[in-house]
Amino acid sequence: MQVEEFLEQSTRRSPDKTALVCGNRRLTYLDIEELSNRLAHALIAQGVRPGDRVAVYLENTVESVVSIFATLKAGAVFLVVNPTTKTEKLAFILNDCRVVVLITDARRCPDVQFCGTQTPFLKSIFVAGDDAAGQVIGRRSCISLTNTLHRSDLQSQAPSKRCIDIDLAALIYTSGSTGRPKGVMLTHLNIVSAATSITTYLENVSDDIILSVLPLSFDYGLYQLLMAFKVGARLVLERSFTYPYAVVEQLIREKVTGFPVVPTISAVLLQLDLKNYEFPSLRYITNTAAALPTRHIRQIRKLFPHVKLYSMYGLTECKRVSYLPPDQIDIRPTSVGRGMPNEEVYIVDEEGRRVGPGIIGELVVRGSHVMKGYWELPQETGRVLRPGPLPGESVLYTGDFFTMDEEGYLYFVGRRDDIIKSGGQKVSPKEIEDILYSLDGVTEAAVVGVPDPILGQAIKAVVTVREGAGLTEQDVLRHCVKHLEDLMVPKFVEFRDSLPKTSSGKISKQELGMRVGAA
Amino acid sequence: MQNIEQEIRQFVTDNFLFGQASIRLSNYDSFLDQGIIDSTGVLELVAFLEEKYQIKIEDNELTPQYLDSIHKLVKFLETKVQSSR
Repeated sequence: MQVEEFLEQSTRRSPDKTALVCGNRRLTYLDIEELSNRLAHALIAQGVRPGDRVAVYLENTVESVVSIFATLKAGAVFLVVNPTTKTEKLAFILNDCRVVVLITDARRCPDVQFCGTQTPFLKSIFVAGDDAAGQVIGRRSCISLTNTLHRSDLQSQAPSKRCIDIDLAALIYTSGSTGRPKGVMLTHLNIVSAATSITTYLENVSDDIILSVLPLSFDYGLYQLLMAFKVGARLVLERSFTYPYAVVEQLIREKVTGFPVVPTISAVLLQLDLKNYEFPSLRYITNTAAALPTRHIRQIRKLFPHVKLYSMYGLTECKRVSYLPPDQIDIRPTSVGRGMPNEEVYIVDEEGRRVGPGIIGELVVRGSHVMKGYWELPQETGRVLRPGPLPGESVLYTGDFFTMDEEGYLYFVGRRDDIIKSGGQKVSPKEIEDILYSLDGVTEAAVVGVPDPILGQAIKAVVTVREGAGLTEQDVLRHCVKHLEDLMVPKFVEFRDSLPKTSSGKISKQELGMRVGAA
Repeated sequence: MQNIEQEIRQFVTDNFLFGQASIRLSNYDSFLDQGIIDSTGVLELVAFLEEKYQIKIEDNELTPQYLDSIHKLVKFLETKVQSSR
C-alpha cells in the first residue's frame, strides 16, 4: 500500500464526507482527491520524475494538504519545511536533497528570492494566494497554485502509479548534534506501518474528528493528517495554538473526538479557566515529544475525566516507539508505556546485549516503520541503524536510555547527546551556537536546556563577548530571530566573563548545565 | 487613543520584536500572519493589558478577532475602557 491511497480509498468509500476543516473552508474527500490529482498532473508536466523531491514551505493550509498528496500521486518525495525557517537554512535544505519543485505562498516570496540564483536544482516554484500571479523569484516566473488547482484542462483522475511501497515517500528534516539538519528518509511502507500501528492502539474510526494545532512540518502534526485520512475521519487543521480559547471553542463547535498535544500545549491549557466549558465529544488526548509532568497528568485527568489520555514516546527516525494504555496512566504515570502493535522494542548494554528489567541501557527498535537512513549521510546512518537479526535487516539504536519494569513498561532515563527538547521539539545546541558565533562581538557561546514549566526545557544561551562590543541581550535575541526558526530562539541570554572548560579545552556543557540548572 | 496605540506598539516591539523598532509592523498587520506571537505571548499580552488599563478580559475575548493587530487592540480597548466607566 502507498500513502496516497489513504486519501484515494477514503474518497471511494465516502466521497461527500467532510475530510478537512481549515479556517472557514470545508472540503470533502472528493474535493481534496480532485485538487491533488490536478496538481499531480501539473507536477508531472513540470518534469517531476518518480523519486524527485518536492518541498512544501507553507503553514497549515488546504494547499499544504493538497501539495503533500499531489507529490505522492506524482511518485515523488515530499518534504514539509517549517514555515518559520529562515533563508540560509531553507537554502541548505533545498540544495541538500536537490529539491526540484518548491510550493510556497505569496507572503513568503520575499524570503525565497535567493532561489533565483542559489538553488541550481530547482526547476519550478508554485505560489499559493490570490496575488500569486506575476510573482517573480530571481528571474523565474512563478506558477499560480490557485489557478493550477482549478485548471479544467488538467485531469481530475489520479495519474497511474509511478512507484512501489519500498520507494521513498517523505523526507523529514530533524536536528542533529552536529548542528547540520539531517533528512530522515521514510518509505511508503515505513509510513503505512507506523500509521497502522498508531491508529490501531488509538482505536481510530471514521467517526473520529481530530483537531491538530501542530505544524505539518513536525512528524506528529503530519501524522494527524495521514492517520485521519487513513481511517476516513475528519481533520480540523488549525494554524497554531496561538489563541488558546479560539482553539478550545473550535474543539467544542466541531465536536472533536481526538486532540493531540505536546506538554507546552497542556501547560497553557491548564492555565486557562475552563470550568464553564464542556467537552462531551472528546474521546482521547495524546501527548508525545516530551514527558508530561505527573502533576499535569493529574490536572488533565481532573479537567477531562471521561477522556482517555495517551502518554507516548517516539522519534522521527521511526515515528513512534511506545504508548501507555490509558488505563495505566494513574498506575504508572512516569512510564511512556510499551511497544506498539507490530513492533519489537528492547534495551541493550554497551556491547549490544539485551538486558533484563531494571537495568539502564539504550533502547532499540525493530519494525517495518524504521527509516531507511539519513539522506546522503552514510556515517550518521551507520551509527543509528545497525544489523538486525535477519539478513539485510536494520534495527534503530535510538540514542535514548531507558529501563523496563517486570511487566515490560518503559521509563525514560536520558539522552546520549546534548540535544534539547523545547516545546516538544528537538533542538540542536550546535545549530544555535553557530548562529551566535556569527554575531560580531561574540567570542564564545554555549547553549543549554534549562527546566521550564511551559516548555519542558527552555533554551538558554551563555556567551562571552569582546570587550567594548557593547552587545545587549536584545541584540543577541534579535540576531537569533533573524536566523533561526521560532522554536530555536533562546528564551534566556546570559553574559559571562568566561565559560568553564574541560581538560581538553572544550566548553564544558556538563558544568555549565549544572551551574545553570542550579541557578 | 494615540497614547494607547503607542503604548501597545511599545509593548509589542519590546516583547515580541526584541526591540527591533525598524521592523515594518503596520497597525493592521496580523500578529499571526507575521508569526511574531505564540500562545504564551498572547497570555503575556493579556496580563499586560489587564494591569495597565485596569480591565478584565473575558475568556471569550481571547480571540484573534479582538487581539490580533495593533488596530484591533486599540478598538477593543476603547470599548472595554468605556464600558468599565
